[in-house]
Amino acid sequence: MVLTVFLSLLAASSVAYGLGYRRAAGFAAHTGQRLHSRPSYHGAYIAAWVGIPAFFLILTWLTFQNTILDALIMGMLPSDTLAGLDQGKRGLLLLEIKSVARGLIFKEPTLAVREAAETYVRWLWLARWGMFAAASLCAVTGFSLARSRLAPRFKARDKVEQVLNSLMVLCAALAILTTIGIVVSLAYESIFFFKAVPVHEFLFGLNWEPQIAIRTDQVAGIGAFGAIPVFAGTFLISIIAMAVAVPIGLLSAIYLAEYSSPQFRAITKPALEILSGVPTIVYGFFAILVISPVIRNFGASLGLDIAPNSALAAGAVMGIMIVPFISSLSDDALKAVPLSLREGSLAMGATRAETITKVLFPAALPGILGGVLLAVSRVIGETMIVVMAAGLIANLTADPFQSVTTVTVQIVTLLIGDTAFDNPKTLAAFALGLMLFLITLVLNVIAHRVAQKYREQYE
Amino acid sequence: MSNLPANKSVETGNQQAQREVRIRQRYASDRRLRYFGLGAVGIALGFLVLLVSSISYSGYQAFSQTHVVLEVTIDTDKVDAADPFKGNYRGVVRDAVRAVFPGVTNRRQLRDLVGIVSSGAQYMVRDRVVADPGLINTTFLISVPVADPVDQFHKGNISRDTRESLRRISDQEIEWYDQWVSAGAIESRFNWALIFSSDSRYPELAGLKGAIAGSFYALLVCIAISFPVGIAAAVYLEEFAPKNRWTNLVEVNINNLAAVPSIVFGLLGLAVFLGWFGLPRSVPLVGGMTLALMTLPTIVIVTRVAISAVPPSIREAAMGIGASRHQVVMHHVLPLSLPGIMTGTIIAMAQALGETAPLLLIGMNAFIAGDTGGVMDPSTALPTQIFIWADSPERGFVARTSAAIMVLLGFLIVMNGIAIYLRQKFERRW
Repeated sequence: MVLTVFLSLLAASSVAYGLGYRRAAGFAAHTGQRLHSRPSYHGAYIAAWVGIPAFFLILTWLTFQNTILDALIMGMLPSDTLAGLDQGKRGLLLLEIKSVARGLIFKEPTLAVREAAETYVRWLWLARWGMFAAASLCAVTGFSLARSRLAPRFKARDKVEQVLNSLMVLCAALAILTTIGIVVSLAYESIFFFKAVPVHEFLFGLNWEPQIAIRTDQVAGIGAFGAIPVFAGTFLISIIAMAVAVPIGLLSAIYLAEYSSPQFRAITKPALEILSGVPTIVYGFFAILVISPVIRNFGASLGLDIAPNSALAAGAVMGIMIVPFISSLSDDALKAVPLSLREGSLAMGATRAETITKVLFPAALPGILGGVLLAVSRVIGETMIVVMAAGLIANLTADPFQSVTTVTVQIVTLLIGDTAFDNPKTLAAFALGLMLFLITLVLNVIAHRVAQKYREQYE
Repeated sequence: MSNLPANKSVETGNQQAQREVRIRQRYASDRRLRYFGLGAVGIALGFLVLLVSSISYSGYQAFSQTHVVLEVTIDTDKVDAADPFKGNYRGVVRDAVRAVFPGVTNRRQLRDLVGIVSSGAQYMVRDRVVADPGLINTTFLISVPVADPVDQFHKGNISRDTRESLRRISDQEIEWYDQWVSAGAIESRFNWALIFSSDSRYPELAGLKGAIAGSFYALLVCIAISFPVGIAAAVYLEEFAPKNRWTNLVEVNINNLAAVPSIVFGLLGLAVFLGWFGLPRSVPLVGGMTLALMTLPTIVIVTRVAISAVPPSIREAAMGIGASRHQVVMHHVLPLSLPGIMTGTIIAMAQALGETAPLLLIGMNAFIAGDTGGVMDPSTALPTQIFIWADSPERGFVARTSAAIMVLLGFLIVMNGIAIYLRQKFERRW
């Protein structure tokens, strides 16, 4: 339905373009006057007037249609049906009305529900045709308005370019809107969370047991939302990942940049890049399929008891994933060191290793550091590897052989299968998400600053 | 000068030896660094090889499926010729299996016997009869999949030597299987169901069709939004935007968005698209919109790189013969940078195809056995299907998870291959 509307709008725009083009071409033929703009701009002008306002009208309509219809339906239910129902029960009632309206009847609906469903069907029909009519009216008005303006000296090109300009500004602003959307949605839900759980308890509490009773008859803990163990787990896994990734990434960058033959580099570098193109869920499955059992068996042969979803396995796989990232950023940083420094060092008789460790590396250190910080922010936000290979239970420990949980794992487990935003359990995910967003943002800003300063040093 | 003692400039034999040792040490440390570097490259590549080979090793078996050839008889008392869709095909399959082993009479044994054949067999017989109603009242041969434990036994993943209580297939079932094998009824076929069936609780019936369709629709929505919007934003920032605080803010913002963890976009989609706009859960439309917000910064960045690679001389030449700034961009800059933009977009789409976390949050990990009909139909996506299968305990799903990963990697290789081809073919050095 919606697709049909958009396609017919597109078709109407194309027709309008053709009409505008012919009219403008007609001016030139009949009056012999020189056109200010080429006919295609006249066509585009009309097409814009037909298409763009109607397009935004439909978008707005679709955005608000469901919310308004829901409110109207709930408003028209008799008050005794709604009496004593909380938010969740009302939602269920609404769902029932909608499924009855679609003809799916699971249990005999009450009279009120049946009536509401009939009204809903009627209103939905009205809303659809209302949208269609409004969009058509909008398009026709736009068409006649724009068409009446066409004239040989009409500056259609300027107008079309103005429209294009504002569309482009709108698209660029979408990036800002996304950021605002992230901050507002996370903060909004977090505020509700912090009403239920005090901020200091969340930030400094040592106990994380979010499994609270959702229905009154469930047996579950009362819930504890101290996020320290979760952050500690994230930190532990990140340290393991960086301990794997930094040496391997840095050394391979040094080898590829300074030692290897061009042919070797031409083959190896893309092969390394493949590691970063592999989806993280594949790494996650690789961790549980291969790495965890290997680490566990190795530990058992040494007499160590290693948990099946140990921090070590998740961290090591995460480290492998991040190797190409570190390697290519270090490569860039090493390459950016001016040639004069390198040649000066070699000319004084230093070996290549001495040039690298005593001249290039210190000079490139800020750039490498920036890359490592970016990698840390990636590792902290990485989800699927830890969801599959790390633990679910928050465990405050620094032992890499034990199972720990991370911020992203908790977000996923708290939100899977649960949609109601009215209990601290689901809201906690948004609070964790807000912390994650802020931490990665700060890391990114610092990383860019460090790299920027370093670049300026040599420019 | 000449009075200086001679031994200041001439080394003694001892000093010379020390110097040579030092030089040797210095070159040894140079070699050490070199070998460390080579070792690091080797470790990284070794992991890549290990990753690919272990996934292939665990997944190749899922590309074949053990079938058994049954001789089924369609009686009119089980299947009504007027409406062949609603027949008692369960009974048809049951009778066909029992006819092979007439000696089995014990009720429990009879149930186990029928359990050797996949529970999906009845639907295959049904589909065959519905497609050709002339089969009613006849007897014909049909090859149907066996249940997962038998399949695993046939592939050698369950050993005969394991104690009976520890394996999922009993001695009795093995005996029946052996009889079937000696009768030549058991065969291995290429597992087309893996690609052309939808998800199922039974490993032998589960396929990726719904997931592939879901991923396709989600990517369609994603590219429909992020491609035009991304290019428009990039053109604006690169060609038209005045250099002021506001455009600077947009730029910093886009760079930061590119580094925001994908799961945060999932939270955004959950709160805004599902929570505030009231869109349904699990649908590719919401998945695609979320992925579009995520890939947008990437597309903006690659487009800007491609646009800035077009030399200023082209712009100046076009301006010189009277083109407006918009005409310069539309007629010259964009067409010239299009190969670069396409390459970057395909790579961004490949990233979006492998992205899992945001789709989990908006519920694209539901169990959906039906077909996916469009952007508003609940469905899974390839990576979330992998996630679901990885969580399933049946032995058959381990191989299927690896096989699904191979399919996903196959798509990614094709997409990246196209991107590399485009770059090689159309890349221009100015």
